[in-house]
Amino acid sequence: MSTTTTVARREIRTYFNSPVAYIVVMVFMLISGYLFFNQLFLEKQAELRYYFTLTPLIFTFIIPAITMRLIAEEKGSGTLEMLITMPVRDWEVVLGKFLAGMAMLGAIVGMTMFYGITVAVLGPIDRGPLITGYLGLLLMGGSYVAIGVMASSLTRNQIVAFILAFAISFGFFIFGQIVQFAPDWLAPVLAYLSMGNHFESFSRGVVDSRDALFYLSLIAVALVIATASLESRKWK
Amino acid sequence: MSETMINVDNLTKEYGQFRAVDQVSFKVHKGEVLGFLGPNGAGKSTTMKILTCFLAPTAGSAQVAGFDVFDQSLEVRQRVGYLPEDTPLYRDMTVLEHLEFAANMHGMTGDRVGSRIKEIGGRCGLGDVAGKLVGELSKGYRQRVGLAQAMLHDPDILILDEPTSGLDPNQIAEIRALIKEVGKEKTVILSTHILPEVQATCSRMLIISGGKLVADGTPDELRAREKATRYRLVVESNGSAADALKEKLTGVSGVAHCKKVAGEDGAHTFEVDGDAKNDLRKSLFRVAVDNKWPLLELSRQAASLEDVFRNLTTGEEHKS
Repeated sequence: MSTTTTVARREIRTYFNSPVAYIVVMVFMLISGYLFFNQLFLEKQAELRYYFTLTPLIFTFIIPAITMRLIAEEKGSGTLEMLITMPVRDWEVVLGKFLAGMAMLGAIVGMTMFYGITVAVLGPIDRGPLITGYLGLLLMGGSYVAIGVMASSLTRNQIVAFILAFAISFGFFIFGQIVQFAPDWLAPVLAYLSMGNHFESFSRGVVDSRDALFYLSLIAVALVIATASLESRKWK
Repeated sequence: MSETMINVDNLTKEYGQFRAVDQVSFKVHKGEVLGFLGPNGAGKSTTMKILTCFLAPTAGSAQVAGFDVFDQSLEVRQRVGYLPEDTPLYRDMTVLEHLEFAANMHGMTGDRVGSRIKEIGGRCGLGDVAGKLVGELSKGYRQRVGLAQAMLHDPDILILDEPTSGLDPNQIAEIRALIKEVGKEKTVILSTHILPEVQATCSRMLIISGGKLVADGTPDELRAREKATRYRLVVESNGSAADALKEKLTGVSGVAHCKKVAGEDGAHTFEVDGDAKNDLRKSLFRVAVDNKWPLLELSRQAASLEDVFRNLTTGEEHKS
């Protein structure tokens, strides 16, 4: 287990040693800041609902930008061979990379706490939805991170990893948007697979174990596939 | 002989249709420095990748330090230090950070990390660059970082894939000296296609070609296998025609082949090949005396490892 944290620590250090982390944080703050302050100044409403509604979409391209290098870079530069011939299990490597991605997600989401504070200063705040909303952000973001790790494990090219992660993430996002056009038999399936639908109850202050379970199983499946992909080098 | 550290049994690795390693078997004993030779693409790296548990064999098996590379890969990796080809390292870490990372990955904690890094870093001459980024180091220093990292956890076995490729002659000498010193207490396998390297560092060599093992023995043993012996003969020309001399030399009994090669001005230089059983020096000397050629030089050249290597590796390729 200590190898998992060693891998994660190294990745986190790499994030903050390179401009990637700062650029991604900046872009995310720019977009979410625009959404929040637009609401604040034009609509004279200090609330996070709008920010929460659009985050599932913003995550589809912000998180792949964080995760694309995690495994693909090591495959491309050959360091994977050095890493994996150390006494470490393949799943420990994958988990370590995932945790590093989560730390990055935590940093991004943490920055937006600023909006919560702004709202609290301007008036009484309903703490429940705020806390569950942030919990939902981490769970949903975690699913995107896991998808990103999986995509990154499938290729040695970071651009391919980014596009693949974006495509899969966007797919899960768009399911929720097309429910109304889908035939009756398909609609519930799409609604269930939608990233946004499960997040909605969190942002309203409701923690439903079924929603949490959806995200957690998505994370588990993606990480299992990533591990299998890493192991597949042995059989090629 | 002391205990067997590496036991490879009928190891085969296929990439799709291509057989990179074909039923290779060998043993390495404790304290040996084994040179693994072969042309590029012969299967050296693939074999090393299997021994370090990066790849799985298609057929056959291998035990390292008594553990199976497939079923007990974690135990194997704890006991092996590996330097992959081209020394892949994280370029964004400093040398110290990189070694700390490797130490942590090997489960070292606390004071042991610092003391071990100090010891190995000193032996590999990394003291001056500890704070530098790996990506900014020269190739020679990167190689030393890779070696230091491979030895950090005090493994019983070192597997080094082309440890001296791309280095300048001084660096090569340093790395070789280091390997030789390490080889006194550890078991080392190193791959190379530089033959003098084997002579300088290895106690035993394996030659692999087209995925198959074609030779196994000490450098002296392999040299002795070479059948032809080459003589070098330099005669002052004095206006005599080279062709006439060549004809006379070819006529000497026991000479298989005679060739004029470039040499010093005013003299003819010949390379004469004969079989290894008879010493032809006497007969060659007599021919020169009988014909009144001023003999400037006559020497017998032992078969070089280059010849052994070339014969063994090109022969195999033609067959397959």
